[in-house]
Amino acid sequence: MSKSIKIRKGLDIRIKGDAERSSTEVPLSSTYAIKPTDFHGLIPKLLKRVGDPVKAGTIIFQDKYREDIKYVSPVSGKIQEVKRGAKRKILEVIIEADKEISYEAGNPVDVASLDRETAKEALLASGLWPFIKMRPIDVVANYTDTPKSIFISGFDSSPLAPDYDYLLYTRDKEFQAGIDVLNKLTDGNVNLQLRAKGGTDAAFTQAKKVVANKVSGPHPSGNVGPQIHQIDPINKGEVVWTVNAQDVAIIGRCLLTGRYDASKLVALTGSEATNRKYYKVIIGANASDVLNGNCNTDNVRYISGNVLTGSQIESDGYIGFYDSQLTVVPEGNEHKFFLTKGWLEPGFKKLSNNSAYPSKIFGPKKFDVDTNLNGEERAFVVTGEYEKVFPFDIYPVHLIKSVMVNDIDSMEKLGIYEVAPEDFALCEFVCTSKINSQEIVREGLDVIHKECM
Amino acid sequence: MKFLRNIFDNAHAKLNKSEKTKKLFPLVDSVDTLMFTPNHTTTGGAHIRDGIDLKRTMMFVILALIPCLLFGMYNVGLQHDLANSTVEWSGVDQFLYGLMKVLPFIVVSYAAGLGVEFIFAIKNGHAVQEGYLVSGMLIPLIMPIDTPLWMVAVSVVFAVVIGKEVFGGTGMNILNVALTARAFLFFAHPTSMSGNNVWISGFKELKGSGNLVDGVSGATPLGDLASFTQDQPAYSSLNEFIDKGHSFVEAMWGLYPGSIGESSVFPIMLGAIFLLITGIASWRVMTSFFVGGLVMALIMNQFAGENAYMQLPAIHQLMYGGFLFGMVFMITDPVTAAQTSKGKYFYGFLAGFLGILIRVVNPAYPEGIMLAILIANVFAPLIDHMVISTNIKRRLKRVKTA
Repeated sequence: MSKSIKIRKGLDIRIKGDAERSSTEVPLSSTYAIKPTDFHGLIPKLLKRVGDPVKAGTIIFQDKYREDIKYVSPVSGKIQEVKRGAKRKILEVIIEADKEISYEAGNPVDVASLDRETAKEALLASGLWPFIKMRPIDVVANYTDTPKSIFISGFDSSPLAPDYDYLLYTRDKEFQAGIDVLNKLTDGNVNLQLRAKGGTDAAFTQAKKVVANKVSGPHPSGNVGPQIHQIDPINKGEVVWTVNAQDVAIIGRCLLTGRYDASKLVALTGSEATNRKYYKVIIGANASDVLNGNCNTDNVRYISGNVLTGSQIESDGYIGFYDSQLTVVPEGNEHKFFLTKGWLEPGFKKLSNNSAYPSKIFGPKKFDVDTNLNGEERAFVVTGEYEKVFPFDIYPVHLIKSVMVNDIDSMEKLGIYEVAPEDFALCEFVCTSKINSQEIVREGLDVIHKECM
Repeated sequence: MKFLRNIFDNAHAKLNKSEKTKKLFPLVDSVDTLMFTPNHTTTGGAHIRDGIDLKRTMMFVILALIPCLLFGMYNVGLQHDLANSTVEWSGVDQFLYGLMKVLPFIVVSYAAGLGVEFIFAIKNGHAVQEGYLVSGMLIPLIMPIDTPLWMVAVSVVFAVVIGKEVFGGTGMNILNVALTARAFLFFAHPTSMSGNNVWISGFKELKGSGNLVDGVSGATPLGDLASFTQDQPAYSSLNEFIDKGHSFVEAMWGLYPGSIGESSVFPIMLGAIFLLITGIASWRVMTSFFVGGLVMALIMNQFAGENAYMQLPAIHQLMYGGFLFGMVFMITDPVTAAQTSKGKYFYGFLAGFLGILIRVVNPAYPEGIMLAILIANVFAPLIDHMVISTNIKRRLKRVKTA
């Protein structure tokens, strides 16, 4: 049964710097990296050493505790460096790429002939499994679980988000193959959520064997969190899997061709980027391939992902595994005099969801923003502001407080199983007290993961 | 701006030189962050943040209080003029007199309160938080004008230390800080906080020197109303009370004795409109508080009988005393209010309902709003607990129906 849901609470953050709908192929870069830090909670077990030759699809490391989950090289070449951080934690495995990609030998898979076990094996062996994430906890899915349903969001509502219709344009067959294999993994539905209004690409509208739901409303309507909450909420003990739409197509393509071809479109966005459009890269590409010559480099922040949930990278860092977006915004590391630019300015141009700034009504259509915190961290004082942008039947502040005091029983009761850090991104944005709620929710999920699952 | 910036940067550099002066960091930092939004950038989580911060929120409440403050100053002068047979002042003179009387309250309130905050900030090594900015302005406005300044200082220190800092500072307190200060004075020094002698500036001196204008009792309208329940009422009937300067419109103007900032409806409404438009105060709490008070006042009307106090029309009743001031500036304090949207309705209603009940039924306190709000503060966590329990049960139910 397809549903039509309306998200009432939320906020569309209108900032400058969206990407135009055209794309360029980026020439193969010299280095690629696969970053264990992209997969929360992963402890990798390296299978290759520095200097070892690899092909695209060669297993580089596996999950230490779930050894069947393999992580593979996106390109061919040789391992150049294993970058480690504190306590020798592996941060990046950097691969020096060949001029031309050669792939691990593999055969096209006939998706229709697979059953659940063989489908799982196919995905695990080819390194496609990490594309599948699970709720609760929001980490790479457990292959021993059978999810009650699988969710794919057909659009992204976050600020400056890439247009999924464009990402999947002419990729109908790959997308369908991805859906077909996901269907093998669950007894329930594969839910595909589409925007209620506006054009939707044939890849979405023609997709079969999915339950297509219509979603309307402001961000975070495009996040799977609120979609799951409305359509098939997670109770304790239940598991739902989620996959990004573009990653579904990658899964489909790799199965259809039998080789690990991890190319995808990445949108370059943000007010400090100049050539804002889509770039065709391979997963793990060096951001400098996209950024070079295409953005202002003076005092800016490079983000792999969007401004709400992305991770900060260096200008020559690597694009995150799940990200389809690079954002460049100005750093806000300057003191601002309180009457002209600071906390008591008239505020006709300052981005805010609070009526204490007239910009809420009289502001420009698109705002300039920087990374200034616009204040200092405080205890919770103002109430009711999280609830305005949090479309769950859950009390967000109380959930966060239960995590702060590490009260597992309360966390469970208050709904920690239904949320992921990204669901709190807007709460974090609007917070008067500047509390890092995404970080807190992640801590809570880690505790739950360790103690209760 | 650069000049100012350099001063702060130099001060920080000097303080950081030795361990001893480092402790004073919160002092300089607090002034610095008042003048400049700091250069902190986001680390982890969302990379961009809303322009709002606690300083702006608090400052907007203070802005909303300014009409009440200005009116209060004028009214202090006016009441003194009306009671003093030796002076004949113009409106400007009255305002200036009030200014000279009220200003020391504000100075003492901020000096004592921020002094305590600074001590705790240095002791705990955190920045001074903004909570007291609002409390420091509220406290003078809810005091009778003849309260000795040392009492103001003592009550402020009590309220900040016992009411707030022992719980962990701004955002952690259970009771409204400004009302804690008032309640402390009310019970510790009742003769300076109630009766008929404290509401007009210099009333006792005027009485002593015989310069008091004939017929000025110094009582607030609520004091007069409360006297109906005692042996010697100030007026023979409710109609006489209303005819002699207490009509509904006169009640709205509020040109009668009372706490400094609370008597007139118009400046309070200006503040209310400002707070509601800017979204700083919760309309849920405000409306439910008003409805709560109105319901109780209507109930009183039904059971009035011979009691003239209870006969006072419900809306008229609400114009007096601290009801509206409490509705706009006290009950809306987000820290001590219920935090859930549904809970806010119950919370506001409870406070308004109890406020009028205490005021009318209990002859010992001519004003009940302060106590009612403090009681509601105590009940707020319980209200939230019940609201959240229903939410938890609702989500547990999903499992059974699914």
